[in-house]
Amino acid sequence: MSLSEIEAATESEQVEQAAGNLRREAWRRLRRDPVAIVGFCLIAFFVLVALLAPLLAPYAPDAQPGRGMITPTNIPGPSAQHWFGLDASGRDELSRVIHGARQSLLVGVVSMLLGMIGGLTLGVLAGAFGGTVDSVVMRIVDVMLSIPGLLMAIAIAALLGASLTSVMIAIAIVNVPVFARLLRGQMLAQRGSDYVLAARSLGVRRRSIVFGHILPNSISPVIVQATLTLATAIIEAAALSFLGLGSADPRVPEWGRMLADTQRYLASAPHLALFPGLAIVVAALGFTMLGERLREAIDPKYRR
Amino acid sequence: MLKFVIRRLLLLVPILFGLSVLLFVWLRALPGGPAQALLGERATADSVARIEELYGLNEPWYVQYWKFVSAAVQLDFGNSAHTNRPVTEEMLRTFPATIELAVAALVFAIGIGIPLGYFAARKYGSWLDNLSVSGSLLGVAVPVFFLAYILKYVFSVRLGWFPTHGRDDPRMDAEHPTGLYVLDGILTGNLEASWDALVHLVLPAVALGSIPLAIIVRITRASVLDVVHEDYVRTAEAKGLWERTITRRHVLRNALLPVVTVIGLQAGLLFSGAILTETVFAFDGVGQFIYEAISTRDYAVLQGFILVIAAMYVVVNLLVDVSYGLIDPRVRVR
Amino acid sequence: MSVSISEARGPLLDVRDLSVAFTRKGSPDVRAVDGVTFTVSPGETVGLVGESGSGKSVTSLAVMGLLPPRGVRVGGQVLFDSDDLLTLPRDRMRDIRGRDIAMVFQDPMSSLNPVVPIGVQVAEVLERHQDLKGEPARRGAEDLLARVGIPDPRRRLKEYPHQLSGGMRQRALIAMALACKPRLLIADEPTTALDVTIQAQIIELLKELVQDTGASLVMITHDLGIVAGLCDTVHVMYSGRVVESAGRRELFAEPHHPYTGGLLASVPRLDAPRGAPLHPIPGSPTDVLQWSDGCAFAPRCPNRIEPCTGGPPPLESIGGRSLRCLNPLTESEEVPA
Repeated sequence: MSLSEIEAATESEQVEQAAGNLRREAWRRLRRDPVAIVGFCLIAFFVLVALLAPLLAPYAPDAQPGRGMITPTNIPGPSAQHWFGLDASGRDELSRVIHGARQSLLVGVVSMLLGMIGGLTLGVLAGAFGGTVDSVVMRIVDVMLSIPGLLMAIAIAALLGASLTSVMIAIAIVNVPVFARLLRGQMLAQRGSDYVLAARSLGVRRRSIVFGHILPNSISPVIVQATLTLATAIIEAAALSFLGLGSADPRVPEWGRMLADTQRYLASAPHLALFPGLAIVVAALGFTMLGERLREAIDPKYRR
Repeated sequence: MLKFVIRRLLLLVPILFGLSVLLFVWLRALPGGPAQALLGERATADSVARIEELYGLNEPWYVQYWKFVSAAVQLDFGNSAHTNRPVTEEMLRTFPATIELAVAALVFAIGIGIPLGYFAARKYGSWLDNLSVSGSLLGVAVPVFFLAYILKYVFSVRLGWFPTHGRDDPRMDAEHPTGLYVLDGILTGNLEASWDALVHLVLPAVALGSIPLAIIVRITRASVLDVVHEDYVRTAEAKGLWERTITRRHVLRNALLPVVTVIGLQAGLLFSGAILTETVFAFDGVGQFIYEAISTRDYAVLQGFILVIAAMYVVVNLLVDVSYGLIDPRVRVR
Repeated sequence: MSVSISEARGPLLDVRDLSVAFTRKGSPDVRAVDGVTFTVSPGETVGLVGESGSGKSVTSLAVMGLLPPRGVRVGGQVLFDSDDLLTLPRDRMRDIRGRDIAMVFQDPMSSLNPVVPIGVQVAEVLERHQDLKGEPARRGAEDLLARVGIPDPRRRLKEYPHQLSGGMRQRALIAMALACKPRLLIADEPTTALDVTIQAQIIELLKELVQDTGASLVMITHDLGIVAGLCDTVHVMYSGRVVESAGRRELFAEPHHPYTGGLLASVPRLDAPRGAPLHPIPGSPTDVLQWSDGCAFAPRCPNRIEPCTGGPPPLESIGGRSLRCLNPLTESEEVPA
């Protein structure tokens, strides 16, 4: 190793150390940020409710404990027996909202993960190879981004038929170009950076530069995007379900469909719209708050 | 500048091509194929064969694609399976409604968003700032259809300030030369009809404009915060210029550049967002029609509408790029 | 420039015991400028010299009233025409800025508004302070650009900052600063961001313009070469305080403060023998002592003696110059060469 090579190597180490410090600094900042903490608490609440739904819910989601109490003109609202009231079929609204959290979390996490994996694969391909691969991938991404997300999700969900799986796939596909573009941008920026040039001048192979240096350093913005994507995925899933593209089984409690079903009763039983709606807001707000603050903590550009 | 526009126009070609391929494949990938899709679920094998013959679906794929593209270029998307009228005709009926709604939503979002974002930044850390920051976080987390419900329940059902649904009072006797009801009223001298249409627009527009509003507030605020710390603003202060000159010429002219981009992006998204708003308010526009097309599996309608909306989205983005070039001299030369 | 006549009329700018502290909730105040006192006579050129972080730029911003309104505590007095600029109402201060006191900043690219034509940026000063509008303002701007040596000024008026070279941009900024013939011009490292060949041109231009208009100039710099060619009086700052003030000649011939000596010694000299080592000041400006605990330069000082770290050294005046040092350089060790 010549002197300049050693210098280059130490420099690349220093840059990565600096990145590590930045991450620690971000973490420290985040732990003191009330918005991030509230966001985290909302998420924790949402996830706990989803995981413990069968234990927490007083009734099964499709049980109809209040069937006899429902008349066309009277849907009982919140009471001591049924905290969130009853729905139009005499089911316990609280139990349905609690069980709905499961669907929501499942759809959100799975579609985010699928979209992220797909997007990262495309992004790594484009960013690592460049040239023709890059242009082809980016043209595909451009076309996908040229269709508004909700419209594309509707088209895909319509294609696959109404089911939870098709909702997940639809939302995942919508998120693929977002992650692909993000990661490619990150990789391009890093490819020109000093420490990558240093590693390349030392003759480190491309694969180990990509997987050993560039990817780990691109991970922070991906985590931020993933958190924010969870929020939009939950809202998009609710929207698809609201439009009748959710699960084909009407007994499955989905927040979006619960809202759609209540449209006729809005004047007489507003509680049926309020609780599932608030549930969506709580879940989406949690991820939005944490995601935004995470972004600010990691990237000084977004601070203030 | 002309070169810049031409280059942007050329970039459209591959995107529109990709879009057409995507939708072509989409319709053919539908369960049961396009004939089944057109006929609905109770189609017999016989009628499927007839439809395939009629639409040339038994021809090679490249002939089919060519026919599809040449028809699309002539804005011929076939007939709606549900209403049995040409899709283009349905577009002419529904698009003005949604354009009117989208414009109203945008006016609402920009009219409130930019001043709010600006003052939030100037009063950094104040209650106004905190309010607008939390409001913009909440704005993106509240689903449009839920917000629409809340607005409808509070302002229509409870308070009775606004009508609960529709574009106008059915008892209103009005002519509609353009399909933009507010404008129609003014054109035909029927101001009562204009007012009626406007009142019907308010709640759907607020619901539809909520997300653009949240985003515009946030971007304006962040952008103004960035710009007020720029050296050239300090230079302007050092010249002793009046505060309003500094605000207008040096702060806003720079701070609004990213806002313009965001407004364009959001404007393009309003048509798809309308699907969720119009259904709640039974607002007879593109969104309501697409919603019905989904529930009746009217694929010809979906295909045509998706293609047109996506193309509009692309064109709006192009216009944003070009207007960006007009206001930022640095982009023009590149 | 005759110093005696101007002194008879009293100084144009009289900075007395100026202090600037940046305050942040939850952390101790940072004293960026601490009891700085100096005067600028009419027609005089004064140099404020120091490393980055010495408080020289903050001093100039305080004089201009350009410090951020919040998070800053300013003390002392800045007398201009016997008005205290620090207590002047905001609108009065706006009238003075750009008309009586103007400033040229360090980075000509970021100091110009990228989306407004140069002509507008020059003309707006005339519109604001001289009540010119439209064509007369435009013509005024054209004259100013011509005056600072920008060729083809009529065409340049319509151009944007990114279309100009770095030197041209700085000339345009100087044109804006001189638009209303200010009596005091503050130049904050006006050449740092420029190519070396352009630097000399800009300094020459400033010198010429100041001589023509009779304006006073405060030149803020870390470059002793600029000071040597330009300034009548020099104030050397370290860590927020003035450590040595003297006339240019006296300072260069006979630096008393070890920091001044170090600055002079660290300038490479052409007449030094080949291979002679450079003399950097050891340590970095971050190795400072709080002035309340002793001399801030003590940790880097070759002349440090016991009392230096025992308390703040006073600023003492000896024969027309002042010095803040307990163990100044003697003649034999002035400039280690």
